[in-house]
Amino acid sequence: MAADSYEDVVKNKESIPALEVAPQDLYHAKSFWTKYIFCQDAKVIGIQYGLTAVAIGLVGLVSSWLMRMQIAFPGLIPMDAAQYYQLVTMHGMIMVVYLLTALFLGGFGNYLIPLMVGARDMVFPYVNMVSFWVFFLAVIILASSYFVPGGPTGAGWTLYPPQAITSGTPGGDGLGIVLMLVSLAVFVIGFTMGGLNYVITVLQARTRGMTLMRLPLTVWGIFTATVLALFAFPALFVAGIMMTLDNMLGTSFFMPAIIQFGEKLTHEGGSPILFQHLFWFFGHPEVYIVALPAFGIVSDLISVHARKNIFGYRMMVWAIVIIGGLSFVVWAHHMYVAGMNPWFGFFFATTTLIIAVPTAIKVYNWVLTLWRGNIKLTLPMLFSIAFIITFVNGGLTGLFLGNVAVDVPLSDTYFVVAHFHMVMGIAPVLVILGSVYHWFPLITGRFLNERLGKIHFWVTFIGSYSIYFPMHYLGFMGVTRRYFEVFEGEAFTYSITGINQFITVAALVTGAAQFLFIYNIIVSSKFGKKAGKNPWKACSLEWRTKDVPPTHGNFDKELPVVYRWAYDYSVPGADEDYITQDTPPSAVANARAEQT
Amino acid sequence: METKKDSIIDQLTQKPWDPAQVKIDNSHEGKTFNLHVGKLGLRYLMIVSTIMFCLFIVTYGDRMIYDDWVKMPEPFLLWINTFILFVSSIIFIRIQIASKKNQFKKAKRDLILVGFLALVFLIGQFLVWQNMVDKGYYVYGSPANAYFYLFTALHGLHLLGGLVYWVMTIRKVWNINDIDIRKAKHTIELCSIYWHFLLAVWIVLFGLMLFT
Amino acid sequence: MFVVLLVLIVILGSVVFHMVSPWWWSEIASNWVGMDDTIILTFWITGAVFVAIGLFMAYCIWKFRYDKDKKAEYEPENSKLEWTLTILTTIGVIALLAPGLIVWNNFVTVPKGAYEIEVVGQQWGWMYRLPGKDGVLGTTSIKNIDDDNPFGLNTDDPYSLDDVLVDADDLHILLDRPLKLNLRALDVLHDFYVPQFRAKMDMVPGTITYYWFTPIKTGEYEILCAEYCGTGHYAMLGYVYVDEQKEYDEWVDEQMTFEEVLASNGKSDLIKIALNKKNDL
Ligand code: HEM
Ligand SMILES: [Cu+2]
Ligand SMILES: [Cu+2]
Repeated sequence: MAADSYEDVVKNKESIPALEVAPQDLYHAKSFWTKYIFCQDAKVIGIQYGLTAVAIGLVGLVSSWLMRMQIAFPGLIPMDAAQYYQLVTMHGMIMVVYLLTALFLGGFGNYLIPLMVGARDMVFPYVNMVSFWVFFLAVIILASSYFVPGGPTGAGWTLYPPQAITSGTPGGDGLGIVLMLVSLAVFVIGFTMGGLNYVITVLQARTRGMTLMRLPLTVWGIFTATVLALFAFPALFVAGIMMTLDNMLGTSFFMPAIIQFGEKLTHEGGSPILFQHLFWFFGHPEVYIVALPAFGIVSDLISVHARKNIFGYRMMVWAIVIIGGLSFVVWAHHMYVAGMNPWFGFFFATTTLIIAVPTAIKVYNWVLTLWRGNIKLTLPMLFSIAFIITFVNGGLTGLFLGNVAVDVPLSDTYFVVAHFHMVMGIAPVLVILGSVYHWFPLITGRFLNERLGKIHFWVTFIGSYSIYFPMHYLGFMGVTRRYFEVFEGEAFTYSITGINQFITVAALVTGAAQFLFIYNIIVSSKFGKKAGKNPWKACSLEWRTKDVPPTHGNFDKELPVVYRWAYDYSVPGADEDYITQDTPPSAVANARAEQT
Repeated sequence: METKKDSIIDQLTQKPWDPAQVKIDNSHEGKTFNLHVGKLGLRYLMIVSTIMFCLFIVTYGDRMIYDDWVKMPEPFLLWINTFILFVSSIIFIRIQIASKKNQFKKAKRDLILVGFLALVFLIGQFLVWQNMVDKGYYVYGSPANAYFYLFTALHGLHLLGGLVYWVMTIRKVWNINDIDIRKAKHTIELCSIYWHFLLAVWIVLFGLMLFT
Repeated sequence: MFVVLLVLIVILGSVVFHMVSPWWWSEIASNWVGMDDTIILTFWITGAVFVAIGLFMAYCIWKFRYDKDKKAEYEPENSKLEWTLTILTTIGVIALLAPGLIVWNNFVTVPKGAYEIEVVGQQWGWMYRLPGKDGVLGTTSIKNIDDDNPFGLNTDDPYSLDDVLVDADDLHILLDRPLKLNLRALDVLHDFYVPQFRAKMDMVPGTITYYWFTPIKTGEYEILCAEYCGTGHYAMLGYVYVDEQKEYDEWVDEQMTFEEVLASNGKSDLIKIALNKKNDL
């Protein structure tokens, strides 16, 4: 469109005509089946992803309750060590992969990307639909491992060989570990199909005027996370396949010669550390696959509810991209004491601490967005504030663990458990909760109940902070993680029973509050206060759909045309404190952004 | 409509709120690349698959240095199979030329031939497996064996996936009187890119196993 | 404005908890004081950042609360401020990293005079091997392991006969002498960890890993396995006793050498082979 300059267009037509980007055959549902089950509309797929992830996530939540009961009140719930380890493993894997990854990318990605970039749908709707069903299959396979002889695997979510595939581990010599590996492989395949859509839709299907730097940070976060996944998931896939072969066909990729319970196994010469490298080459970026979408979304929540543009937008984008890139050269910080070449420690400690810088910048910019803002303490804002505190806390403890010499005493203790729950458990979950409060009016056309929401917020934030803040101190004492039972021997200076009981009670209460939230969702989707269009007065395009909730095709006959970035809040001189992205310059004649 | 795209660095340093930038941005088309989404999608898949094979090769290099590594022989059949793949790629070049000239009858004939060759290749690979097993090179023998079976299986799976796309392609030109020319050309192009990709992957894997 | 209070309570509460918490590390019993010091340093720096960000945020929430007659400031970015913060952060990070790397360097460089002990982990217990009179640990292989030779020593290795084998969960070590632990696992990963020594390292089947430390206090210390190793992981415990020379010698004298173990099993032929090898030397 270089031919007609901006001035000409505005003069002649008052606004730029819309352009159907990437002409596509919009798919139309014909029956119940194609409308709700095998649907190709990204919004429906997003909700399907969300519901499936939450359903399996509840299994993870209940597992955590059972574990906490065992730790604090052993014997109250009958359980043996094998079952405890199965709970730990399934809890960890479900939470990281099947809940958070699927929810952020499959759920939020599907729902928000087309809306926010101004597209009618994803570029490959059919592949998108298949992607969900493949994910669903992965969840079914995972769940089925509860019902096979020997039960699910108890190898820990890191699945380290040789332990994961030998008989000393629950599920290690049965179907448990096989089903876990197969489920992960299926997940990766499904995810690759989804990621194909997210990446290419963002790259090619943006509406007219939507440059990369006009995208909301939510899209940047999800987009970058998907690109990370594109590089990281193959590593998990490769590791999974090779381990499956070791397990089923007796190869020796990862299995050295070992003698177990007096019996020599047939393997020889494999390297367990090689598996760890592959696993963490996936596993560390995975942390950011969960974190980056949360970063993006929370930036938008803060900006909307503080009525102020996000501070340092460009830095925020760069930070997301830089963090994404660096996340591929820090993986071995999970292996400082794993027996790899000790000289790697210098390199990986340095890269790890470098990553702290862009991360810190993000935090500063969130806080500086509040500075001189006009802050509405809505529920999404409350959750964002809670996120910042939690994330800062978890990020700072990362500086302990990343600093190789400090990691030596702390690794594999409860300090690690506390750290990663703060930073990649609680913090992203707080963002998810906040964003449900934020986008629920878009998805259903109704608000969530504010009273219940407030209760939910207070219990969740205070509860989860009380679970994990004290837990760091157990780590300093040297309490090791993945212990079915901790014997209070000489190792510890002070009894850990009381604090463990406190943590467990906090965990039960916090978990229960989530059921209140689910109740709120169910009731409010029917009886909640009507929201109308754009209730938060946000700038970005998802609120500019033809109908609320958005219907098939998202926008009106013509796609919206974008005239500004997603953060024109409180523009000096404008009548309102926000100007939506598709408002043409002529409609805000005296606003600052238009004075040249 | 062709606008020159700014380099990625230029794009990322724009100030989207800057009035001068706003004017430039308003006429932006919304696309990042002047590429059809299908082509981009194929590239995406090829990147993922390349990463996967690269990772396998890295582990191969890591595993190779241990002394339980015993090189596998390459049966002559493997050379024949390689040759078959090679011929398929050449035929695909012919198909592309034909489709550019709108000679879909010719393209269809060659597509059938390629599909046939792909089947022959898969059967050939299977025979190689049998041959190796008969000679006592089991998968749990030396890690070199394990990698051999792993690589051939993965490559074969990729080819099977390619055959699914091949079916979609050939359907586009099956009924000579009813061809959506734009779509047919597009699909044929993607299909042949993928075949060339598979040949390249195979040559790398085969070369790797040949020399180590 | 409860939220402002909430933020303040969380921030200040964390500080108070930190100060009064009785849950803290046990007194150090090895030379790795540097690790503790680095942790303390990290605490000061990160603590300051945590409190500063928290208080600033509380201030913002209170000061800039919503007022429908007001408008937020329109300031897309402030390069000077952002770069200043970036540089300050970088300085802070360097201040943390430098001491950390120095300590790590010490940790991975074993001092010359260190004596060696081998720790063997298996599901789910510990075994130990001392080098014996010649001061050298004999070589081993998983293949050799059987009831007579639980450590898998190579009988044709001249250094193996006098190795002292301790097939028990408890270990005695010498006060004030740098000790290098050679770590070996027979089946899966394990990790020999004593909280008071601070140090740990995974034991990986197929390779030998190591770490070193100098015990600086006599006493009895609990061993915890710190790398998940299957159902019995939590029960893979044991004790280390840091002894003065005299008690240590007494303990060593009670243990059997490899030669004695073989002899008691009636394997004098193996001993003969080994002795011949030794004479060849
Ligand atoms: C109320 C919420 C939660 C509670 C009470 C909880 C509790 C626990 C407990 C008790 C353990 C086992 C510690 C051990 O024995 O070593 C654990 C492990 C773990 N949790 Fe959570 N958790 C919660 C939420 C989450 C979330 C949201 C995530 C998502 C990242 C998560 C990820 C993990 C992982 C990765 C592990 C490690 C599993 C392993 O050691 O293999 N958790 N959690
Ligand atoms: Cu990491
Ligand atoms: Cu263990």
